[in-house]
Amino acid sequence: MSGDALAAAKARAAGFGRWHPAEALVWIAAIAAYFVFPGYMALGAQALILVLFALSLDLILGYAGIVSLGHAAYFGIGAYAAGMLSAHLGWHEPISGLLVAGAVAAAYGFLTGVVLLRYHGLTLLMLTLVAAILLYEAANAWSDVTGGFDGLLGITPAPLFGTFEYDLWGRTHYWYVLAVLFICFLGARRLVYSPFGRALVGLRENTRRMHALGAPVYWRQVQIYTIACAMAGIAGGLFAQTNAFVTLDAMSFLRSGTVIIVLILGGVGRLYGAFIGGVVYAVLEDELAKASPEFWEFGIGLVLVCLVLFARDGIAGVAVRLWQRWRR
Amino acid sequence: MTDVVISIVFDGLAYAMLLFVISVGLSVTMGLMGFINLAHGAFAMAGGYAVTSLTGGLGLPYPLALLAAAVIVGVASVPVERLLYARVYAARELDQVMLTIGLVFMAIAGFTFFYGPSPQTLQLPSYLTGQIDLGFRSFPTFRAVVIGIGLVLIAVLWFGFERTGFGARIRAAVDNRTMAQVVGIDVDRLFMITFAVGSGLAALGGGVAVEMLGVSPVFAAQYLVYFLIVVAVGGLGSIKGAFFAALVLGIVDNAGKYLWPDGGAFFIYALTLALLLVRPQGLAGRS
Repeated sequence: MSGDALAAAKARAAGFGRWHPAEALVWIAAIAAYFVFPGYMALGAQALILVLFALSLDLILGYAGIVSLGHAAYFGIGAYAAGMLSAHLGWHEPISGLLVAGAVAAAYGFLTGVVLLRYHGLTLLMLTLVAAILLYEAANAWSDVTGGFDGLLGITPAPLFGTFEYDLWGRTHYWYVLAVLFICFLGARRLVYSPFGRALVGLRENTRRMHALGAPVYWRQVQIYTIACAMAGIAGGLFAQTNAFVTLDAMSFLRSGTVIIVLILGGVGRLYGAFIGGVVYAVLEDELAKASPEFWEFGIGLVLVCLVLFARDGIAGVAVRLWQRWRR
Repeated sequence: MTDVVISIVFDGLAYAMLLFVISVGLSVTMGLMGFINLAHGAFAMAGGYAVTSLTGGLGLPYPLALLAAAVIVGVASVPVERLLYARVYAARELDQVMLTIGLVFMAIAGFTFFYGPSPQTLQLPSYLTGQIDLGFRSFPTFRAVVIGIGLVLIAVLWFGFERTGFGARIRAAVDNRTMAQVVGIDVDRLFMITFAVGSGLAALGGGVAVEMLGVSPVFAAQYLVYFLIVVAVGGLGSIKGAFFAALVLGIVDNAGKYLWPDGGAFFIYALTLALLLVRPQGLAGRS
């Protein structure tokens, strides 16, 4: 490589993963939302939890190309871990509760990942689906501990840092969730723009070539799967703490489907897709599902079909394309 | 005790036939195109609604309504396949999953809007209700007929698949699509026909499911997992595999729910997981 080319490549590598000014907009919008829509903070907190959950799926689906139909299993594990810690064991400190939720989900994610990721294609799809349903059935059969269909009651998180009490309008919850989301996002962003993240994209684009390059394909997948499961578990933990309630719903097939829809809607494999999808989905669901559930369901189905037929890169992809066209 | 076992096996057998009839089309079409069609349950559901409408509204006799529903849904599935599915055959798995899940959502919402959320009811003709005496003991007539028709259908499908030129072309295309096209087999057309036949069979199963499983708008999603399990456990594109998978699934699931009503569904998923881990290509699939 000649000197010029090397310098150019180095410059490109240095610019790679650098923060774009537009990225700040997302966070400013999230903070501004607190002042503009003070009455919607409970919805806002749930929307951000959905964003975090979708972000965790983006790591495996968008970056490593692993299609999972059972991602809600890890969300549910995290929710029950955080919930039971408070309800059964009397440990009410929320942040350590979240860490436990993340750790338990990571452990389960590692164990399942080690087994499931040896398979591919339809078999992998079916295995993730069936493993998640199995967990759901186990939680259902074990209802003395999980509360079964009636739900797990008695989750009472202590005030944040021992000082910030939770209010009826969910304002403390909103800041809490936003802060956790930001920290997780920083981690995810760093990961994606690291050599490890590049290796994942390589897996997604051409697994065979990555094998030929000598990359430890299987272990890379297990690693990212474990990390993504930890993040899903943290999202689940937040869900349990902010709602003070968990039902089997948290790990249902419907939730696994919803999070895929959210991510596709926003845009896969671009981190911020989860933000757009999560917020749009949560707000639309809140507005439309109450007015007419059938209309909402039909609408979301139609949107999915149209996305696949016309805009496979989601809202974020369409926005980027429009922006590029406008700049030319 | 033996009486209980016979009951479990008998009911499981009827259930297995139903699962087979609904799932076999999915297996063959997935084997042919590698296309993940999560909306297959919606075609079965449409069949169920067609049957209740035809018998209730038009007063058609039940057997005739079943046939009519199969034909209607089979024909109606062709434009869906040509206009929507054909555009994502070459796409990622994820796109196929999304498109077909979108269709499931639309189907559930649409049927809820027109028919309401409650399960459909059906007035069976008197010759299908009651018990039939098979010599050593009596069985519910409807289930006995379902088993009988299921066996006949399996024989017909087996013959069509294994002993006719059309079946040979399908098998060739499942094994190696590119090679089949090279030797002049029109795989697109083959697929269209199998898709229509598979959807028609699913609709037929849907008409039977009204009585055996209950058909409400959520049917399309509720039983989807079972159909997928039959396909995956059996092995893609194999009629024999789908049959054995349906048999295992039907009897084990029935036994599980009978012996342990609270957590009975657990068995079948555990068994599925184990089978898929040991034989990822399915019972009859080739690695």
